[in-house]
Amino acid sequence: MSDNTDILADKDKRKSLRKLAGAAGIAMTAPFSPVLMGHALGSDRPIKVGMQLHRTGIGASYGRWYERTAVATVKLINEEGGINGRPVELVIEDDGTDPKRGAEAIEKFATWHKTDVAYGTLFSHVVIGSSPRAGELKLPYYVVSEGYHVASGSLNRYVFQPGITDVRSQMVSMAPWIAANLGKKVTMIFPDYAFGHDHRDYFSAAIAEQGGEVLEMIPIPPTESSFTRYFPKIPRQTEVLYHVLVGPGVLTFVKEMGQFFGTRDRPRIFGYIDSLEAVDFATPQLEFLQGTHFWEAFPRYAQPDQTQHDQYFRGQVGVDNNGASVNDPRDISTYSHMFGCWETLFIIKQAMEICGYSGPEDRQALIEATESLTEFPESRNHPQGGKTFNGKIHQCFGIQHISRVEDSRLNVVHTTSIEDGLYEPEADYTQMAL
Amino acid sequence: MDLGPFLFLASLEGLVQAAVLSLSALGLCLVFGVLRVVNVAHGEFYMAGAVIAWAISHALPGQPLLGFLAALFLAPLLVGLAAFIADRAILRKINHNPEATIVATIGMLYVIQQSALIGFGPDARPMEPPFYFHVNFPWFGYSGYKLSVILMAAALLLFVWYVISRTRLGLFMRATQLDREMAQVSGIPVGWVYGLVFAAGAMLAALGAVLIAPIRQVHYLMGLDPLLMSFIVVIIGGLGSIRGALLAALVIGMCDGIVSMFFSPTLAKMISTLLVALVLILRPEGLFGQRKPL
Amino acid sequence: MTGSGKRSLTLHIGVLVLLFLLPFILPDYHQLVITRIMILAIFALGYNILFGYAGLLSLGHAMFFACGLYAAGLPVYHLGWEVPLAFLFAIVISALAAALIGAIALRTQGVAFMIVTLMFAQAVYLGTLYFSDVTGADEGLVLPEHARSFDALGMRVDLTSPEVRYYIALALLSAAVLMVCRWVNGGLGREWVAVRENESRTRMLGYNTFLIKLKAMVISGTFSGGAGAAYGLLFAYVGSTFASIQYSIDALLFTLLGGAGTVLGPILGSFIMFYLVDFFSGHTTAYLLATGVVLILLIMYFPLGVLGTLRKKWLPWLP
Repeated sequence: MSDNTDILADKDKRKSLRKLAGAAGIAMTAPFSPVLMGHALGSDRPIKVGMQLHRTGIGASYGRWYERTAVATVKLINEEGGINGRPVELVIEDDGTDPKRGAEAIEKFATWHKTDVAYGTLFSHVVIGSSPRAGELKLPYYVVSEGYHVASGSLNRYVFQPGITDVRSQMVSMAPWIAANLGKKVTMIFPDYAFGHDHRDYFSAAIAEQGGEVLEMIPIPPTESSFTRYFPKIPRQTEVLYHVLVGPGVLTFVKEMGQFFGTRDRPRIFGYIDSLEAVDFATPQLEFLQGTHFWEAFPRYAQPDQTQHDQYFRGQVGVDNNGASVNDPRDISTYSHMFGCWETLFIIKQAMEICGYSGPEDRQALIEATESLTEFPESRNHPQGGKTFNGKIHQCFGIQHISRVEDSRLNVVHTTSIEDGLYEPEADYTQMAL
Repeated sequence: MDLGPFLFLASLEGLVQAAVLSLSALGLCLVFGVLRVVNVAHGEFYMAGAVIAWAISHALPGQPLLGFLAALFLAPLLVGLAAFIADRAILRKINHNPEATIVATIGMLYVIQQSALIGFGPDARPMEPPFYFHVNFPWFGYSGYKLSVILMAAALLLFVWYVISRTRLGLFMRATQLDREMAQVSGIPVGWVYGLVFAAGAMLAALGAVLIAPIRQVHYLMGLDPLLMSFIVVIIGGLGSIRGALLAALVIGMCDGIVSMFFSPTLAKMISTLLVALVLILRPEGLFGQRKPL
Repeated sequence: MTGSGKRSLTLHIGVLVLLFLLPFILPDYHQLVITRIMILAIFALGYNILFGYAGLLSLGHAMFFACGLYAAGLPVYHLGWEVPLAFLFAIVISALAAALIGAIALRTQGVAFMIVTLMFAQAVYLGTLYFSDVTGADEGLVLPEHARSFDALGMRVDLTSPEVRYYIALALLSAAVLMVCRWVNGGLGREWVAVRENESRTRMLGYNTFLIKLKAMVISGTFSGGAGAAYGLLFAYVGSTFASIQYSIDALLFTLLGGAGTVLGPILGSFIMFYLVDFFSGHTTAYLLATGVVLILLIMYFPLGVLGTLRKKWLPWLP
């Protein structure tokens, strides 16, 4: 390949030469450069994945880690030959964690960058605002959002959530443990928008099924910065305080909760790790969390029975055994969410390989191929654990962990099974027109 | 929680709010009183103060008290310097025309906020408090640092009162506020006084921010709320009247603390913005003010 | 018709014809972008009536934009209304809202007027958050399938088609430009300018200046509300971002940049600013820095804006 530059200068010549290389040169180049092999086998165009990223706005700390994870995954996929022999290219647009700009990003992917798929959104209001545009522009849209909106059937056939379990399933699977071990009279604190409303609606249903009840619901606006005034609303009879919060104020929220309870008797506390994603448990004033419980999708602190896949994933993304960046121990990851970016990209790859995806004209085949998936066994590509996938509601189901805070780290005390989190599906996207 | 302790907690929250609010509202009020302009970038000077405070305490790890004291001194100074330059370079060029100044300070708002986004990043970051102890009341716990914020703000306000009423700079300021032409004729360098007052206003906002930074987190979008609250205080308190503004800061800070515990904080904010609009329409001189209207 | 009148007519029609032809040569992406810009330009045209002609600087026009947006979107979403009916309803509601807010806010002037409008807009924004059961707050509402097409004049209009959306936006913009041209060149426009230049003298001459300003407010608010309604219906999404202060400032910025008190200024300003921000957002996340810098430079060096400066120096016939 010494006259590489000459080849690149002439497009037609390059094509014919590639074919030649495909026919004769695979064996020669493959051991040395898998990427080159990919180029040689496929067409010229890379597969473009449009990533809708929360680079600014209230989702920024998640965005930073979603980007790192996606970049690491794309790098790995390319090292292993790309998708259908073509390299993958990540095209990133910042959505400011704003649904309106999210919709504009989808338009930009479909009509300007001409990406093959859109991918990677976390915040549920952005997903809800962007989905109709993805549907109208017929752009497959793979979100990593955790919300129940995909599985509920309220979006459209072009939207998938194959890499992370939805909130409803998480709560269905954990409510029995909470009721049995922590208590049945619950007060909930949650963000006052779509994601929080999923918690409100489905946790209260799930705990009622266990014979428990929610005494008080305390919604908090997602841009709030001061929280002490919300705590007096917690009723005295509360046995379990259930908290989940997102946004720039999370650390203040947890600190002020600690100040409020002081050293007096307090209810047992169960939190979603969202309330402390990207926050160090060793931060001063968080000592009061000792002995409280958190939901985790993927244990932030490497556990004694850590799988080799978890170890590999940490290495590739650059996360140490405490869940922090290997470059800066103060830069804590969003470990219970970002694995979804990794797994989702491998699912896109799997679906594209099933339908022999070659360009935007195959998008409908890609939708059907994704819907045909049923199971993702635990593996390097699915390090969080095995999952089942329901093609009718475009949603996957996996395992969950409940961890206890001990000496400023989280130790897993309970792990649910996939079956614990199943519920009766309420929709069928496959009936919708493509 | 019973009503008594509930009100007690609400009052504490209200006092902390009022303490910081009185500093930043006083800054806005001074600028309006002397320059007769509204500084829409006021909240961004507040944010800049918090960001600088975070940077200083971050540069001195393990020494929160030293970092805090350095920030208390340096952050307002740097913010004041930036404000002074902005006044001389931009506002002077448009002759402090009230309407043009609003547009120019909206521009400054974006420039400061977006520069913070570039330099400081989009994350909310915690600043360690200079000292921390826990106060245990029988009904609830409270942060000792938060209580000390009330005292520190009171001390700073006393200092400001001293500067305004007992120093030469204060004299110049009051003279310029009363009658610009007369002041000029008497040899007061009005242009410089304008620049210094604009800087002083920004410094007060930055001081408030340094006090609050260890309680809340530092974030590049944290300036909007204090801007609106300061607006409300200055207008209700009588435009340009310092005593009125301080009284209004106390009343509004306490009301906000108490009302937002009973009702939704969003509703509380909605009512106070509508109240401001009505005050401006019905009593353009402000609720407690006797000065000429806007 | 005078020579300058002919020239200005030719210019306006020329601009509209150019916009008509653009989709044939432009790539898809720009077609979408220009659709958005044209709707925002209607918003800026409305803002310009109040600011450029009647001399009243409002910092709260996002409330009228949002008023139209919700007045159109909520009945469609909750009550299943047809799109054209919702649009007309939004126009009427926006006019009423503008009349109400105007009747209250116009009791103040100057800086007080700016702050009163700012506060009203902030209250409206907080209201869209507070009544989240109806409005969907931050998350917003996605308009349902039935609102993506409607029957008009015996034709099925499909709003999911980018071409259809483009030409609807262009038709609305053309109507708005023609109306503004007519008004500002007629008696009403002269009354507005008289109030802007010297309100007390106009009052002494026997005019009811309050009523003149109120007319400007109602027309301005109705245009803004119409733009909001069109934006919500064409793009099938309503949400509280559109009520935020950012939109009030955008209207001011577009108008100042293009040239306050010129008919085409706000349109030009919308185009330049939208593309400037689009360009910046490709290079930095701090793309709003462009907004700030442009505002400061304009107010310091070009308070008349692009077309205002052109008119002063070279093209005195520009309307």
